[in-house]
Amino acid sequence: MSKQINVALIGNPNTGKTSVFNALTGLNQKVGNYPGITVEKKEGICKLSRGVKAHIIDLPGTYSLNASSLDENVVIELLLNKNDKDFPDVAVVVSDVENLKRNLLLFTQIKDLEIPSILVINMADRMRYKGISLDIPYLEKQLNTKIALVSTRKNYGIDELKELISNYRELSTVPCMNASEIDKDYFDGLRKAFPDQLLYKLWLVITQDVNFGKTDRNEIDPVADFKTKSKSELKRLQQKETIKRYQFINETLKKGQIIDLSTAKDLRIKLDRILTHKVWGYVIFFFILLTIFQAIYDWSSVPMDFIDSTFASLSEWTKNALPEGTFTNLLAEGIIPGLGGIVIFIPQIAFLFLFISILEETGYMSRVVFLMDRGMRRFGLSGKSVVPLISGTACAIPAIMATRNIESWKERLITILVTPFTTCSARLPVYLIIISLVIPDKRFFGLGYQAMTLMLLYLIGFGAALGSAMILNKILKIRSKTFFVVEMPNYKLPLLKNVALTVVEKTKAFVFGAGKIILAISIILWFLASYGPGDDFNNAEEIVATEFANQNLSEDEIEHHVASQKLEHSFLGITGHAIEPAIRPLGYDWKIGIALVSSFAAREVFVGTLATIYSVGSDDEETIKNRMAGEVNPILGGPLFNFASGISLLLFYAFAMQCMSTLAIVQRETNSWKWPILQLVIMSTFAYIIALIAFQVLK
Amino acid sequence: MQATVAHLKKGQRGIITDVSSIYIPLKLLEMGCLPGNFVELVQVAYFSDPMYLNINGTHLAIRKETALHILIDIL
Repeated sequence: MSKQINVALIGNPNTGKTSVFNALTGLNQKVGNYPGITVEKKEGICKLSRGVKAHIIDLPGTYSLNASSLDENVVIELLLNKNDKDFPDVAVVVSDVENLKRNLLLFTQIKDLEIPSILVINMADRMRYKGISLDIPYLEKQLNTKIALVSTRKNYGIDELKELISNYRELSTVPCMNASEIDKDYFDGLRKAFPDQLLYKLWLVITQDVNFGKTDRNEIDPVADFKTKSKSELKRLQQKETIKRYQFINETLKKGQIIDLSTAKDLRIKLDRILTHKVWGYVIFFFILLTIFQAIYDWSSVPMDFIDSTFASLSEWTKNALPEGTFTNLLAEGIIPGLGGIVIFIPQIAFLFLFISILEETGYMSRVVFLMDRGMRRFGLSGKSVVPLISGTACAIPAIMATRNIESWKERLITILVTPFTTCSARLPVYLIIISLVIPDKRFFGLGYQAMTLMLLYLIGFGAALGSAMILNKILKIRSKTFFVVEMPNYKLPLLKNVALTVVEKTKAFVFGAGKIILAISIILWFLASYGPGDDFNNAEEIVATEFANQNLSEDEIEHHVASQKLEHSFLGITGHAIEPAIRPLGYDWKIGIALVSSFAAREVFVGTLATIYSVGSDDEETIKNRMAGEVNPILGGPLFNFASGISLLLFYAFAMQCMSTLAIVQRETNSWKWPILQLVIMSTFAYIIALIAFQVLK
Repeated sequence: MQATVAHLKKGQRGIITDVSSIYIPLKLLEMGCLPGNFVELVQVAYFSDPMYLNINGTHLAIRKETALHILIDIL
């Protein structure tokens, strides 16, 4: 077997790097993490000609090799470490034809590392539209590279790129400029002290603030006869280096690129006049959000009903088709309803991811950052906190990771701490089922009450996030440099392939991630619900027979009473009763209590748990929703899920910190247990109090 | 008084003359905020903060406090 070619895709953010990655690898890609850190690692396989394969890594977007975040650090760490198994045989630097000047900065740095490099000029289809013409042979000569003009939108240039990758051995490794001219003496000294090291690699290791795992600074420090420089001197040199690189780039592009502004059309200016307008910008943003929530509700109701009834019949079918026994019961009453409780939410979660990825792909998200910065600062947040807060509606975990581009540590910490208040997709199952039980399905001027309740819950989530941010801003005494830069990329029509891949990948991750926990918990719950200690459980038939001896009950009714007698005295029932005093004031019975406790691991377990509890012992084909609607409050009478207890539950879930994975990620990102523990205690206590007040007022 | 980016009016252009490296992060320089390059104010949010700029063809937004440290000649 021939060796795979290792390819690293590198580029500025917003250059369509991921589109190139998708075009090269198609569905042959997987997403994981870099060892020890939570930076997403995307890799894939691309088939080249003559049976050769390329292993492609899509590195995080970066403006330069001077890392200022964990994500950017990944890029440098890989490029500096020849022993890494992913060290690239060839670097594919992706640039955007409209921002060539800026994109080339990174390219010249990579050339200085003497790694064979290909320059991809992406979005080439926009050249004519923007009045840009390029002298490719000239640019290739000046930059010592091969250039591929690519358009992932119009689908050309990818085959040429593959060809260049196959022939990577022919690429030049000679740098295209000499950066060491910025301080000759210093670099000469450096060269003398470390004759067998690459000069530019030394420079990068010296100037990086971040700690390198493998490429250790210690290799350099021990040599005494080399004069070091102070931090501010180094920063000045980096500045000089940047200017130097731009001089080279400007000169190269002066001859290699002609921009005829008279033929250029600019949609951006026209759109931004409205979309970032002081008034209309906000109005439009609000309407976009409103549309999204209405759509999530309307579009997913049909597939959800279908999934719900399918799982109910599947359960019934399993019971009838398989031989009677413990395993059949476990399957039909434990596993299938439990899984149904998660599968049912695939439509909504997929739609949510769909909208978020469209907002990102079009470039609109940056406008939101711009619009919101001023307002968010009042709460101690940054405009960039909006992205975590919005993507927190999908899942708090990637959202907390998305805080990394917030420059100020205080703003970032506050964002991390408040993001779990936003309504993540795991809360959605709980909200939807309870809303459908307690809020009437009526419309008001075309807007459904149910959809509006949902939107209100999202707003409450954001409100809680902002309110607590404001308090944290007052309490936390952290001095950190505030500084804020956000690129405003061009508007683009979203690429169907990119959006589809994101939706599939994220939904899959959610379903499998949550599915594992739910499956495990469903099985445990089923056992706890199906076995119990003592006479009350084991002699349930006799007890019921004596109790109802005088009433002429049908066989079905007797069976039902036996089932509830058993459940109540099972291990699960006993546990539930034990915690009942604490949750009764909130309007919940012991069954909800169990679901509440089990959902402290992950919120979405709630519905699955209730589904399992309610289906144990019941024989008829019923959907989860109908079963819940049929529950009666043992003390107050009337339906258990009524307006008061429903609202109380909704509010509890809105505020409580019930996600172990989020706590784990907060611990990793803040590097301390203090913050996640505070989050857990404060959020859950607050949730309890609010839910208590809501039920007591409404009942 | 020396003009800065914060003094630009919407649609106005200037040429960057100096950036104070203490206040301006390297990242901004890397995005093209360097002496000799042009800067145009595209759009402002409330109270002119943040400011949406076109610097040397790169569109980006920065806060006013940062804009105050980029010296320019207004065109």
